[in-house]
This record gives sequence, structure tokens and C-alpha cells, in this order.
Amino acid sequence: MNVDLSTRYLGLTLRNPLVASACPLNQDPEFLLRLEEAGAAAAVFPSLFEEQIEFQQQQIFGLYEYGTESFAESLSYFPELEDYNVGPTEYLRRLRAAREAVRFPLIGSLNGMTVGGWIQFAKLIEDTGVDALELNVYFVPSDPRHSSEEVERRYLDLVTAVRKAIKIPLAIKVGPYFTSFGHFARRLVDAGADGLVIFNRYIQPDINLETLDFFPNLALSESYESRLSMTWIAMLRGRVGAYLAATSGIHTVEDLVKILLVGADVGMLASAIYRHGPDHFTRLEAGLRAWLTEKDYTSVQQMKGSLSRENCSNPEAFERVNYMRSLVAYTSKPI
Amino acid sequence: MDRSYITVDGNEACASIAYRCSEVIAIYPITPASPMGELADAWAARDIPNALNITPRVIEMQSEAGAAGTVHGSLQTGALCTTFTASQGLLLMIPNMFKIAGELTPTVFHIAARSIATHALSIFGDHSDVMAARSTGWAMLCSSSVQEAQDMALIAHSATLKCRVPILHFFDGFRTSHEVNRITSIDDDTVRSMLDEDLIRQHRERSLDPDKPSLRGTAQNPDVFFQARESCNPFYDAAAEIIRETMQEFAEKTGRNYDLFDYVGDPEAERVIVIMGSGVGAVEEAIAELNSKGAKVGMVKVRLYRPFDSKAFVGILPKTVQRLAVLDRTKEPGAMGEPLFLDIVASLHEDWIGPRRLKIIGGRYGLSSKEFTPAMVAAVYAELAKPEPKRRFTVGIVDDVTHLSLKWDPDFITERADTVRALFYGLGSDGTVGANKNSVKIIGENAGLAAQGYFVYDSRKAGSVTVSHLRFGKHAIESTYLIQRASFVACHQFNFLEKMDVLELAAPGATLLLNSPFDENEVWDHLPREVQETIIERKLHLWVVDATAVARDVGLGARINTVMQPCFFALSGVLPRDEAIGHIKDLIRKTYSKLGQSIVERNIAAVDQSLERLREVKIPARAESARHRLPPIPGVAPDFVQRVTSMMIAGKGDLLPVSALPVDGTFPTGTTRFEKRSIAIDIPIWDADLCTQCGLCPLVCPHAAIRSKVFPESELKDSPEGFESREWKNKEHPGYRLTIQVAPDDCTGCGICVDVCPARSKEVAKHKAINMTPKDEHLERERSNFDFFLNVPEMDRRTVKLETIKGSQLLEPLFEFSGACAGCGETPYIKLLTQLFGDRLVVANATGCSSIYGGNLPTTPWSCNAEGRGPAWCNSLFEDNAEFGLGLRLGVEQKHLIARELLRHLGPKIGDDFVASLLSFSSTDETSLAEQRERVAVLKKMLGQDQSLEARRLLTLADQLVPRSVWIIGGDGWAYDIGFGGVDHILASGVNLNLLVLDTEVYSNTGGQASKSTPRAAVAKFASGGKHSCKKDLGLLAMSYGNVYVAQIAMGANPLQTLNALREAESYPGVSLIIAYSHCIAHGIDMSTAMTHQKDAVSTGYWPLFRFDPRNAHDDLHPMRLDSRKPTLPFKVFAEKEARYAMLARSNPSEAKELFAQAQADIDARWRFYEQMVGVTRHAHEPESVEEVKS
Repeated sequence: MNVDLSTRYLGLTLRNPLVASACPLNQDPEFLLRLEEAGAAAAVFPSLFEEQIEFQQQQIFGLYEYGTESFAESLSYFPELEDYNVGPTEYLRRLRAAREAVRFPLIGSLNGMTVGGWIQFAKLIEDTGVDALELNVYFVPSDPRHSSEEVERRYLDLVTAVRKAIKIPLAIKVGPYFTSFGHFARRLVDAGADGLVIFNRYIQPDINLETLDFFPNLALSESYESRLSMTWIAMLRGRVGAYLAATSGIHTVEDLVKILLVGADVGMLASAIYRHGPDHFTRLEAGLRAWLTEKDYTSVQQMKGSLSRENCSNPEAFERVNYMRSLVAYTSKPI
Repeated sequence: MDRSYITVDGNEACASIAYRCSEVIAIYPITPASPMGELADAWAARDIPNALNITPRVIEMQSEAGAAGTVHGSLQTGALCTTFTASQGLLLMIPNMFKIAGELTPTVFHIAARSIATHALSIFGDHSDVMAARSTGWAMLCSSSVQEAQDMALIAHSATLKCRVPILHFFDGFRTSHEVNRITSIDDDTVRSMLDEDLIRQHRERSLDPDKPSLRGTAQNPDVFFQARESCNPFYDAAAEIIRETMQEFAEKTGRNYDLFDYVGDPEAERVIVIMGSGVGAVEEAIAELNSKGAKVGMVKVRLYRPFDSKAFVGILPKTVQRLAVLDRTKEPGAMGEPLFLDIVASLHEDWIGPRRLKIIGGRYGLSSKEFTPAMVAAVYAELAKPEPKRRFTVGIVDDVTHLSLKWDPDFITERADTVRALFYGLGSDGTVGANKNSVKIIGENAGLAAQGYFVYDSRKAGSVTVSHLRFGKHAIESTYLIQRASFVACHQFNFLEKMDVLELAAPGATLLLNSPFDENEVWDHLPREVQETIIERKLHLWVVDATAVARDVGLGARINTVMQPCFFALSGVLPRDEAIGHIKDLIRKTYSKLGQSIVERNIAAVDQSLERLREVKIPARAESARHRLPPIPGVAPDFVQRVTSMMIAGKGDLLPVSALPVDGTFPTGTTRFEKRSIAIDIPIWDADLCTQCGLCPLVCPHAAIRSKVFPESELKDSPEGFESREWKNKEHPGYRLTIQVAPDDCTGCGICVDVCPARSKEVAKHKAINMTPKDEHLERERSNFDFFLNVPEMDRRTVKLETIKGSQLLEPLFEFSGACAGCGETPYIKLLTQLFGDRLVVANATGCSSIYGGNLPTTPWSCNAEGRGPAWCNSLFEDNAEFGLGLRLGVEQKHLIARELLRHLGPKIGDDFVASLLSFSSTDETSLAEQRERVAVLKKMLGQDQSLEARRLLTLADQLVPRSVWIIGGDGWAYDIGFGGVDHILASGVNLNLLVLDTEVYSNTGGQASKSTPRAAVAKFASGGKHSCKKDLGLLAMSYGNVYVAQIAMGANPLQTLNALREAESYPGVSLIIAYSHCIAHGIDMSTAMTHQKDAVSTGYWPLFRFDPRNAHDDLHPMRLDSRKPTLPFKVFAEKEARYAMLARSNPSEAKELFAQAQADIDARWRFYEQMVGVTRHAHEPESVEEVKS
């Protein structure tokens, strides 16, 4: 039986529900080609970080001016270069090269800081010819004086502004830390998001016990982390009018099948690519096909959302009672 | 005819022509000519073609001698060549210049004329360098303004092709080279039209070519040399006329007329000054003023000095002239007169056919950029009017010794009333100069006004003060002297009001703009009384703006320039306010757009907010402030410091008479301690309870501004309240206390001490045993503490464990409070050296950063201890430091040997046993040294009672019986490049010498040019695309001799290895070479964490630590020892934290990828090689000590 693996995401028809998530590896056109050949249906280009651009500009400005015009013999310390590549030019050049190199849909990604920056860079990314744009909102509300409404408003204003500025489909990638995520998800969609990518993994720094300093310590995701996305996709499927992408913790065929069952349109992978390389897409695609075949599904479309909160037989599993049961079950095991 | 205006400085004006007229440009950095080479290199890197439509090949050489040699070689192949230099650089070119002229080779060297080092080095301008080259056979063409620096450059390049005589084109260093002025530019077509293709072809045809072989550079014998030397005469006879014709051709093409000599003044003048260089501006102004009042005076501007066209000179003089004063900007002690004077005398003697014999007097002016004003010119004319004028004189100084100086009237001021004269006092770090350069550009290029900017810098690198002198007006500005009456004064740092007299030059009714943390209602009460009085007395208009707050709010940090600049435009009225703001914003976009949109936006926000916060202050009728300006020297100081040094510190050094200054350039040491600059905003405060007593904070402090002392508890009995101490953890000194103390007025606030502190609070991790804290909160208490601390007795050196870091830090530093950059990576090594050996240290210091922060007046950080002993320091030159140090060592050894010999002779008188004990001394441990010093003291006492010749001779030399430690110190520019020949010779000498190379991997002092120490992939000036060749392995070269002690150290990575290396080097009886990794602001790093960043340098293998000790080359021992571990991190980890590498990754990622890979390969290969060397056994003949050789 020929199983139809295709799916639709952000208005795009994809050969399967496997998308390479935004990660540094994807900035290399040759790597993207390998992903495409291996069976990835689409890829998200690494994010353009407005904050990083501004930080670098400030750094270069600071270093460029540091110590200058102070002492008669050394009025400067560096040669003036023709181009410092501090703006988005280099990023956009790479994105354009990537767009030209691959045939599968390429989704741009943007991590902005200011509303002006979001709009400006969103337009620039759209102009490269990408098929859609993912807004990668990585915002930690560290100031305890900010209310949840203020935090949400920040996201909504952003989506509204970018939606007005560009024509291509727009997804928004967010973290899980919202008071009522379902309600917030609806507001995002109302503001103009065509798709939701859930959830961003906030990378918490680690502590160096020798120096007693924090330091960035990137840890790759594990399969169990997909359950958070799985849970919320299950709850949102059919209740918000947007495409849903699951990200974080999708490594195995089983992980993929589960998030599709609860209603994800696509599953996005990054850590798995780091661990297993591009060929992992081939294995996952084959595994998905095998599972569907074995279970007599004819298509991804058929199974997608079949275990959403609306469609499953025990919706209470998503709620608190389930947590209590799990805990009891766990602690009652002999130690 | 091109009429486009540009605002540039003299260097750029000249370089733009030199570049367009040349095919090969060999360069070497030297102030003030460096920018010309840098610009040429930058243009070549951008592939900008010359007038002949090819990109010149620009190459940096190892010295000016190398640059001249390269130019000489390229000229022999028929290339069009040039170079740029000054001062000692020109001296190094002289041998080749003789050759180039002797071979009648057309070329132009452009010189930003600078003083030659004599009793002292000076980076500033006079003609002593070019005058030293006047016998080389080069034509000498002088420019006296920025416009002329461009125009004469083209005339020179054109004329040299015609006359075949090479031309030395020169203009005054700094006054012209660094003055920014609006000039009329010259387009490419005009440049091209001045380069005759036919003459270029002839030049090429004369080249060395194997297709038509010839030979040049023969050795000639007495039979023909003389005649051959005379054969060039026709070319010199014709040269002046050719240059004059070229000037005419230039005039036809540009409308600007020049002649070999130009006369200015009354056509019937009786008194005439003859002068060349920038001084003509002041003379012209004085002439206009004097003649307007009925005087008949004039001036001859000398443009072509060699060949000297006597008839042309005489011909231009008014027939009415009776007296001439010839002004030379150079000094030739012992000569009948200075060169221009003597030439004029000879010229008039031979060619003057006027009605009467002329009276000619000669004077010196303007040495080392000494101010030369119209008032001084008037004094010269007044002298000429006297019945018996001084035959020889000086002007601009007060000579109370030989009474040669002329008095001048300081109120003789010729500044035009319709010229805006603006003074700006700022910090180097606040961007004042940059903004003012932009203001000159805005006004000069957009407003149709003449504009001039000249900038005076500090002699200190940390916390340096800048004073900008800007003039704007409808008339051309040729005032080649500092502003004397300012119509506008801006003080960009509020605390300057307490430290200096910023209103000294404010004209009555002038505007004073103040960056003030206090608003218009509060500020008056915070002004010192002296400032209030001047404001009232001169009826100044005071405006305030809190630029610091605006800059902070918009995210510009300390860069207040963009806030102050609009305020200047708003208040000065040079341009309509809106127009000015528009231009400022346009220039911000133009300047900063390539640095990023956020930079542009922040600067524009600063402009917008600045005017909103600008407020006028209502001036009260009376000055009642209780605050006063601080004295330049607070507290007690020696007489010389009070009389002389304090004047220099106060910026009044110009007022010092000749008698105040040493006759031979010898100055007392230990004077920085009297200059309390108090430049830090935050200072380190010690938390005694947390301190682990590791000694790292005083070790790494670049300024010796944080110190440790251990003392008996009894010393605390009169300690001030708040003086901290804690128990000293040491069994040998039970009950002793330790104090770590900051010198609050000497600290630069760099934060390095805090960064290296390993001790943290258990409760609050960010709190360390030493913490940066706002100075104002602690200043009074810490001042009192530091004063007390200084009086606590030093630890007895015999009881200190020198082999430990914390022990070494109980020794008194004899290098303190230098003006080096905050966080300097060099000075901690020097300071440690003085702690270990300072009381018997002799230092030869190469020119460079270390000679500047070590020896630039007004004060010196080299210091002495309570017994009056301390380092004896001298800077000879840049290129000869190794040889100079060798000479010091040889002299010391000879004196030592003579003393020993005399001692043996006097043995019967003095006592053989005592003599034997004096002679047998060989150890340099502190106990033995102290004992020897005691024996020497006894000896001297005995000798004092003996009047025999031998006893008196020995008395003079007895101190030499205590061994001296001779160190040769310098940077990588010296050791790797210009001085390498000498370094190599010393390495081979076997003499007991120590070389300390403070390796910043770049020419730091002259602004970051690449040296042979610069590693592959690093971006530096002259390597703007990243250096393509690998770093020279100086240590390996030294090790190849086998009997040289070599160590590579990095204090921040391994302090103990640094300490051990210094001690081992000193104890080694032969040559020792230490290469010390010295972080530098030219690396583009965070200086506050630079010491810990050195750990990255070592752990990536970028800077392996090792010691090669020939003493271990016996009995199958291995002399080489690696002190760092195998690299654990890639080079990239180190490189990404430094702008010198990261810039390349950003500007040219593909090139960076390639170069980074090669740099990693360099590191890997070097490490593998060193690992193999560790396993090598080697025996080398060790040098013997002098005593062993002679006894």
C-alpha cells in the first residue's frame, strides 16, 4: 500500500512532516542539500539575531574607538576596513545562497529585539525569496515588575506589526512559559500568525564550580522533552486556526508519530541532526512509512490529530488528574 | 581647473599625491609621518589605482633604513617610488639617500619634519632632521601649510623626473602634518598631466636590465672618484630652474602660484625675516599688523632650500632692505650659525649688490613644536630695529643663562575678530577630538567657510586630556599657532575645572559650555572660586548640558562627543542651527553607517537630545565658592619637583626658563608619585576578611597602585580609622599583619586586580577580596590610608621568600604610577623586575611604549627606595637598544674590574682578609648583597680617610663591588624588526646581559602597525587584510646559540613561571632573553580581563610557555622545558575574543577561514617542534662570570 506522507504547513505542501529546525548547521547550502537529499521536507534557516547584530555593532564601535585620539603617536590602533559586515548583509547573502541552492521550501527565521528591527529584518528576509518566515521569539521576562499581560502584549504587537509588513506565511515560535497558553495561542493567531511552533527550548546557563561563574552549556534535547509539545498540540489541535509545528525532543520515529497523532502538521528536528546527521531524515521517513503501513493508515493526513484532546478517548489525561496518577504510580514503585 | 574643497590634515594632503605618483612605496612607522604610510597601505589594500592606473605596491619594512634600501632598489629598476618618514627615520635613510642622489635617480621622500633626539627624544616638529640630510645631494622643498603639503608634493614628483635630482619634500611635523584645514584638492587628471610620460620612459630606460646590461655602484679609486663626483654638477645647476618652471606649470593648471622664494610685506621694507615652514603663517599675520601701523617690514618664504638659488633669493629682496633676521627651526651647537642663516649670509655676501651692506642676524625658534606666534615675530622685528641687535638669538623661550632670547609682548595678538576661535578640553576617551575633526569637516566642506583644527594631546596614555583648537571664518586661516584668545570654550569634563585653568585663554564675553552633572540652578555653587571669578570678570556666558547623562541614556557610554558637538554649533553661531544639525546627522550617517545602524541611531538620538538639555546659567554678581582649584603638586615634594616638574604638570612648562632645566637631559627619578592625577572612577577596595594572601593583585597591577605590605602589629598603633589589616599567614613572622592598599589617586581603575582575585565571598559570589567601588565614596579614607601605608617600613628583603608570588609582592616596586594605558600588559613585568632587582638595576630602554610611559616628561615612574637606590634608566634609540645595553654592561664590568684591581693593590693597607671577603663575593641572594653593601660602606669609610690616588680612585668605584643587573628592555618592534641585528649580536656575545622583550605583537606606540611578531591572521595596520606570514620565533632563534637562557612567559597565565624566569635569567652569567606576552589595547580586547585572557593564549598553544636554561645542558639533562601543557583548546577560542582576529572573520569570512586554519597549523607545528626539543640533550659552552674570567 502506498502511504501518502505529505502534509501541509504554512500553506506549503511538504513531501513529509519532517522539517529541519533552525540551527547553525543549516546556514551551509551544501548541508541543506544533504538534508534535502536525505528526505527533509523543508528547513528553517538559522535565525537572524537583531540583538546580536546590535551587540556586534556596539562591540566593534567600542573597540574601533577605544584608545583613539588620546595620544599623539597613536591616534588609532586599527586600520579602517572597508566593510565590517556588521549589518544583516552577510546573513542575507548566505540566506539567498541557500535559497538558490535547494528546491525544498526554505523558511526564514528572525529573532528581533525592537519592533523597528523586527519589521525591517522581516522585510529583508522576505525579499530573499524564502517561502515563509518564522519569528523566533526568545524573550526571558526577567523583570518581575512586568505582568503577564505586558509580556503577552509584547508578542502580540510584534506579530501584528510583522504580519502587516510581509506577505509570506508567518509562523511564531514561542516558549511554554505562559499563564494560559491556549488562550495566548489564540491571541497569536488572531494577531496574524499562520502557524505556531511549540516549544522553543530556552537554554539555561550552567555554573562552573571552579570559577563560580555562569557559562553557556548547550545540551541537546532528549525524547522525553517532546511530551510538552505533544501535550499542547493535542490541546490546541482543532481549537486554534493555525498550523502547528512540534519542536524540541523529536528524535525517533516514535516521537514523530506521537506528535503527528496529537495533531502536529510537522515535526522539527535539530538535536537529532547533530546526533545522527542528515541521513537521519531518511531513517525517520522510512520509519514513519513503515509505522503507517503497519497500522494501516493511508496517509499522514489521516492520522494527524487523531489523538488530539478533541479526538482522543480520555481527554482527562491531559489535565491535572493525570499528573497525580503518574506521580502516585511512580512513587508506589519499589525503590 | 578643479575647485573642490576637502578638509584633511597635512599628512593626508601629501600622501594623496605621493600615492598617485608612485608605483612602489616602502614604509616604516614613525611619528608624525606614520599616517602617510598607513593611508597609502589602506588605499592599496582597497586596490585604488594611482595616476598611472595601477595599484602601488606598498610594503612595510623592518626599519627606515630598510625602506630606503627597498626604494633604492626599485628605483634602479625604473619604478616610480616614494617613502615617508621623520626624525631618526630620516637619519637611517641618509646612507641610501647619498646613493640615490649620487646616481641621479628621480624620487621624492616626504618628511613630516621632527626633532632629532639629543638630550631627549621629542616627537614634535622642527627642522633638525631635514637639516641633517642636507649634505646628501637631495633637493629640499618645503611646504608651510596643509595646502602646500599637497601642492608641493605634486611639484616635487613632477620636477624630480625632469631634473633627475631626488627631492626631499618636507613640512612641519604636527603643526602641518596633523593640522586639519580646508584645502583645494587636486584631481587625478591634473596629477597625471604633471607626470611627463616621456620623462617616465627615460627613467625606465635608465634602469638595470639584463637585456641591456650595465653596472652601477662601482668602487672607485683616487684617480677618478673626484672627477666623477663633479660630473653631476650640471644637473644641480639646472635643478632650481626646473623646479621653478614646474611651479609655473602647476600654477597654470591649478591657479596657485609658488616660487622658489616668495616675498610678503611692504615692497619698501627695511626689515625682513627669512623663514621656511609653518612659521610663515605667524610672520604674515605679524607683518599685516605691523605694516598697518606704519612699519615697513617683510618676509621671504623659502620654498626650495636645496639647491639654494642665491640669485633668486637676492632678486626677491626689496632694494630698500637694511636688515635681515634669518630664522632657523633647528640648532647646531658650535656652529657659526644655523644652516639657513649661514646660507643667507653666504648668498648676500656673494650676490647682494644693493646700495648698502646688510645687517644679518640669525635666530632659533620653534624647536620641538614650541609655539611661534605673531608676538614673537614682532619681537624679532623689534630686535632688528635696535641699533645693535643680537647677532644670534632665540625667540619663544626665556634664556636666562646665555641671554639669547628676545622678549615678546604677550598682548600682541593678531587673531581676527571675525574668526570663531573655539577651544575644547576633553578626554581622549570621550571622543572630543573626533567630533571636532568632524566639525571642521562640516564647516569646511559644507558652509563655504575656512576651517582649521589643531589638536594637543597628553603625554600620558591613561586618562589623557586633549585640547582642540578650532578656527572658522570667511578668510583663509593661516594662523599656525595655538588659539590665544578663545571666543568659545567647551569643557567636556566637569572635574577639569578643579585640575586645570580651562579659562586661561577665554576672551572677554566668550561663551563657556560645560558638561555638567549639575543643572543651571545648581552648577554655580559647584564651580571653583577661581572659575567663578574669571566668569564674572570676563563676563563669560555660561551654558550647561549634562552630556554624560544623555550619552548614557542613548547607549553611548562615555562618548559624549555627539552631545557636545550640537551644543557648540547652537551656541557658536558658525552655522544656522538647523543647518548645522542636518550636517552633523549626515556626517554621523557617513561615518558610522559601516559600523552599523544601531551606532548611527544612537548618535543621532544623542544629537536630538543634546539641545533639549542645553541651558544657560544666570551668573551671580559675586564669586563665593569655597572650592578651589587643586595645586599641581599636593603636599610636600623635593625642590626640583616644586620648581620645575610642577610647572610642567600644571601645563605651564612654556614659562620655565633655560636655567630651570638640566643641561644634559638628566632628571631625578621617582616623580610620578607627586602627580596625583586621580583619573579612576572606580577603585579597588580590599576586603581583608576574604583575602587569601595570594599576592596576585599587587603583582598584576600595571600601575603599582595596589600594594601589599607585611609588618609587626605594633606598626598599627597610629593607623588611621578604617586602615585594614589581617594576620599574615606565615610561621616565620608570627603576629605580623598584612595590608593590601590602593593608591586612590594613582589607580587608573582598570579592574585587572579584581579580575585575577581568586577569593570570593561565600554568601555573595560576585563579592571578592578586592572589589571595584566608586572612588568618591572612599577617596578621603583611602588617601589617608595610603599615606599611612607608605610610612609603614618595608619588609627586610633578607626575610622575604622571593621565590613565591606573595613574597615577591612584599618587595617595594621601584616603577610606579606610570602613564601607560589603563590595564597595560607590559608594565607589570617591569614593575616585578624592579621589585626583584630594582636597587641594583641598570636599564637600557628601546624607544617605544616603554620609553614613553617610562621617560616622557613631566614625570617618571622609575623610582628609588628609602636608601636612595633604584633603577638607573636610559633610552638611547629605537634601533640600537641591544648594543646600547651591551655598552652599559661593558662599562659596568670595566668599572667593576678596576675596583677589584684597586682593591687588591690596597689590600695591605685595608687588610687582606677584608679585601678577600670583598673580592670573594659572588652570590646575589639578598643576604649576601646586604652583607656586601655593608662591607662596601666600611670600605668607603676607610678610603675616605686615605688621600692616596688609588684610594680616591677606588672610592669613586667602590659601589661597583655590589653587582649590577643590566637589563635591555623594549618591545617587539625593536627586538624582532629594527633592532634585531643588534639583538642577534648580543645573543652571540656571551656577555652577562638580560633582554626583556615586551611582546605586544604589534607596534603599539605608533598605533598598531604589524611587526614580524604579529601572528598570522591578525589584522593590524599594514596588514589590514590579516597578516599572511607567520610570527617570527625569536625564542627559537636565540636557543639556536645553545648558550643563551631563553624564556617565554605570560604573567596572567602562569605568574610563578614568570617569577622563576626573571630570577633565573638574572642569575645566568651569560645572555638571557625573556619574551613576555604583553596584552595591549591594539589587540582589541577587554583590558579589564586581559590577564585572565592570557590563560586562553597559553591553553590554546598560541603562546606556549617554556624555559631553555643552558645550565641544564650537562650530564644528559635537557635544557628545554615546556612550562605549559599541551594545547587543549583550538586557536579559535582565543581569537574570537580579540578584535584583531575577529575583525577579519567579520570583514572577510572566507579569508579568515583560510588564515585561521593556517594559524592553527602554525600553532600545532610549533608545539610539536617544541615537544621534540624538550627531549633533546645538548651541551653548550656556558659563559663564565667576569670574576671567573679575570681572577
